[in-house]
Amino acid sequence: MSLPLLLGLPMLLLAVGAYAIAAARRPDGGRQVYGIALFVCIVLLALALGHLLAGRAPTTLTLPLGLPWLGAHFRLDALAAFFLIVVNLGGAVASLFALGYGQHERAPERVLPFFPAFLAGMNLVLLADDAFTFLVAWEFMSLSSWALVMAHHQDPANARAGYLYLVMACFGTLALLLAFGLLAGPDGGYDFATIRAGTTSPGFAALVLMLALLGAGSKAGLVPLHVWLPLAHPAAPSHVSALMSGVMTKVAIYGFIRIVFDLLGEPVVWWWGGVVLALGGITAMLGVLYALMQHDLKRLLAYHTVENIGIIFIGLGLALAFQANQMYASAALALTAALFHVLNHSLFKSLLFLGTGAVLTATGERDMEKLGGLIHPMPWTALAFLIGAAAISALPPLNGFVSEWLTFQAILISPELPQWLLKFLVPAVGALLALSAALAAACFVKAFGITFLGRPRSPAAATARETDRYSLTAMFVLAGLCLLAGILPGLVVDGLAPVVGLLNGSARLIPQHHQPWLTLVPVVDVKSTYNGLLVMLFMALSGFGAAWLIHRLASDKVRHSPAWDCGFPEANPAFQYTAGSFAQPIRRVFGSIVFQARERVTMPPPGDSRPARFKVELHDPVWERGYAPIADAVVALSSRFNYLQYLTIRRYLSLVFGALVVLLLGMVLWR
Amino acid sequence: MALIVGYLVQGCQMLLILLLAPLLTGWVRTLKARLLRRRGPSVLQPYRDLFKLLRKEVVLADSASWLFRVAPYLIFAALWVAAALVPTFAGGLLFSWTADLIAIVALLGTARFFLALAGLDVGTSFGGIGSSREMMIASLAEPAMLMMVFTLSLLAGTTELSSVARFMLTADVGLRVSLALALLALVMVAIAENARIPVDNPATHLELTMVHEAMVLEYSGRHLALIELSASLKLLLYLSLLGCIFAPWGMATAGAGPAAYLGGAVIYVAKLAFGGVLLALFETSIAKMRVFRVDQFLGAALMLGLLGALLLFVSRSL
Repeated sequence: MSLPLLLGLPMLLLAVGAYAIAAARRPDGGRQVYGIALFVCIVLLALALGHLLAGRAPTTLTLPLGLPWLGAHFRLDALAAFFLIVVNLGGAVASLFALGYGQHERAPERVLPFFPAFLAGMNLVLLADDAFTFLVAWEFMSLSSWALVMAHHQDPANARAGYLYLVMACFGTLALLLAFGLLAGPDGGYDFATIRAGTTSPGFAALVLMLALLGAGSKAGLVPLHVWLPLAHPAAPSHVSALMSGVMTKVAIYGFIRIVFDLLGEPVVWWWGGVVLALGGITAMLGVLYALMQHDLKRLLAYHTVENIGIIFIGLGLALAFQANQMYASAALALTAALFHVLNHSLFKSLLFLGTGAVLTATGERDMEKLGGLIHPMPWTALAFLIGAAAISALPPLNGFVSEWLTFQAILISPELPQWLLKFLVPAVGALLALSAALAAACFVKAFGITFLGRPRSPAAATARETDRYSLTAMFVLAGLCLLAGILPGLVVDGLAPVVGLLNGSARLIPQHHQPWLTLVPVVDVKSTYNGLLVMLFMALSGFGAAWLIHRLASDKVRHSPAWDCGFPEANPAFQYTAGSFAQPIRRVFGSIVFQARERVTMPPPGDSRPARFKVELHDPVWERGYAPIADAVVALSSRFNYLQYLTIRRYLSLVFGALVVLLLGMVLWR
Repeated sequence: MALIVGYLVQGCQMLLILLLAPLLTGWVRTLKARLLRRRGPSVLQPYRDLFKLLRKEVVLADSASWLFRVAPYLIFAALWVAAALVPTFAGGLLFSWTADLIAIVALLGTARFFLALAGLDVGTSFGGIGSSREMMIASLAEPAMLMMVFTLSLLAGTTELSSVARFMLTADVGLRVSLALALLALVMVAIAENARIPVDNPATHLELTMVHEAMVLEYSGRHLALIELSASLKLLLYLSLLGCIFAPWGMATAGAGPAAYLGGAVIYVAKLAFGGVLLALFETSIAKMRVFRVDQFLGAALMLGLLGALLLFVSRSL
């Protein structure tokens, strides 16, 4: 019953997008568009939440749209409902934030029409139930987000980011198109029900997996297909960055899960899990290392998205490996971990991007080296950003820790896997996951510490003002959800159970809400438990207790004075540690291998008053080894064939004739 | 009734570790002084320092924010909860299932996160150098610790510490290569995490060698007292952890009665004292290494931990 309504609402969003073209130039146009988007997202969120929690059966709907012999199929099941929740929660919060943030937009006519269209596109991808509708919606999502990336296209860096994004998006869609083609088979059964019912030969199934990895992975930011992401996500306005990083990457994950776990179905071959697992581990590790080297706050967050996508793929890879060995109980744990991280990442990554947006409005600066001390003028933004930073660093009692803990537990039950390659791969991936978690904490100490703490490094940072109420409300909604999901993880796991059951041959984790004190007990006979609620309570009790006792019994006096700094305080804020210097030890330890980082110091001879120069050289291995050669080859090839553009009409005609002859000959020979 | 006793015993453990932590620090300091042929301060000196600091006023830097004032309480809370979750004199206490070993490692991470932020808060170069190095050390120490957790969990089948300790007492543990590797990794991590020689020097204020001391340079008064107490708690936590995993003998079981608890406590204190002796001996016999050797030291710990886990993935009998 709710499906027509669920479909109607994205259409309403599209209409709002069209209306926004006219309304964009009016002063209250932004308010109207974002207000309606907020309302629609909340209704969609409530409908999806209702579907998932009530555990309703899947509903389908066919509309006479699209291809005449196919029609447009739509379906709402538990998987779609869960991702609808993720998308519309992010969409609602981004719209709420934009009610305030959108006022500062320089070119609203470039943002307003595409924002609702982007939301509509993502919603339609999740509801699509045939390949054609899916791909159309997918392309719609890609193109509308591309338009948003290009909102400030006057900046050449943004234009380049948009170009790269477009190329990668086309490549990804091509891969998905081929994957669906293989799935549909020669009879062209493009609706998902037919695909699900049919079987794919093992060779084709492996090919579909690879194509799904390429197609969905390039949208999600799987290394080495991530190159566009850290350029494109930061280029968009901040609330759109939050949507792209926090939500659109999840739609890509949805695409992967839908194709590999649902459409491809059984039987799964064990090495699939190995491939996904290895890719996930490498992505997590490289993503966080890239992030540590960045001084641009938004780009740092975008690289962190790459890391978190890696963590999600680790969970999915483990689930595939378990499913291939018919270990469905273990697969349920791995899938729950991955889906929980999908939700968590959408919460804290959106929060962090919104916080960056607030900083950007207040200072006009994204470069951390020019910020600092923002906690004094912007205490609330700082608090919200701090909660997000702690959550993404997987610190208890917040939510990021729970999903990493579940992933670790899934890794720890994997020695039962019979394949030797997996036996070696899984602990290695576990080590990569542990390393990336520790490095993420270092990265967010840097991101928060350099941006919000210390003393202002530029006049813009010194004169910043706290952001508006809408933006703060949006950030604190997300921060509150981060805390709630962290201390009540059992409820989230129970909410995920229908999704896991759908993908996992109806095996799921045991219900968690019966456990005493809402403890998380993933596997009964393993007895590893975690209770975020009690950890939080104990910490609050001991922290507040200590504060109360000390202030009461000992001393509560404070004297203000200049900083001590070992006796050498320096008034110049340039003497503080910078983002570059903070990352220096880690750059030296890890970066010298991965990025071939080199530091050069040129000292003038004694007596010379010129300043000493310090230069850091970093190489991006993926770009320089992978993409640059391809780009060079394309350029070389096209310049070689450039002369074809300047031929006479006779030559063109003879070329056409020659091509025709060759093709006909080919057909004759083929037969 | 049993529930109330359970709460009481849990509360006793929390108080016990809080009271013992400064004593352990004092014990190690005295031993080190004696080994260097100095007389050294009394074993009780850390208590006197704490009380003195608690009564003093706080001198707050002008550029300090609210985070600087909140951080000591947060760090203390995280470390106290983490330390209280490690079984000391008795296993299987009322709240022992609240957090497993992975969560304890992560709680240490929470404390470190806020300590590093506090180091950056005032905006001095010393605070920054300390924070930056601390996070570099942690970025290797924490995974090494987690690899050790993997090894234990693969053997014991759980990451919950009381169950691990109970498993280590059973006969089917035996001598294993993987356990030896895990022990070595844990000891190396413990040395690094507690800012002991050869990774860091807890007794120096010499700028270029310090990590932990540089971070807390701006703290004074009650804030400093909490930070010092937290550092003591962390040392106690690691020694308790080593004791409970690799020397779980003499630990009372839950509900064993006051006599067993008392016996367990005596043995626990003896274990701590012995650990302190070993630490003092080790520290006096080795020189501090330079900062960019630490990554090799901890990289070795990480590899040892990974090797231990790998061996168990290959065969449960190694």
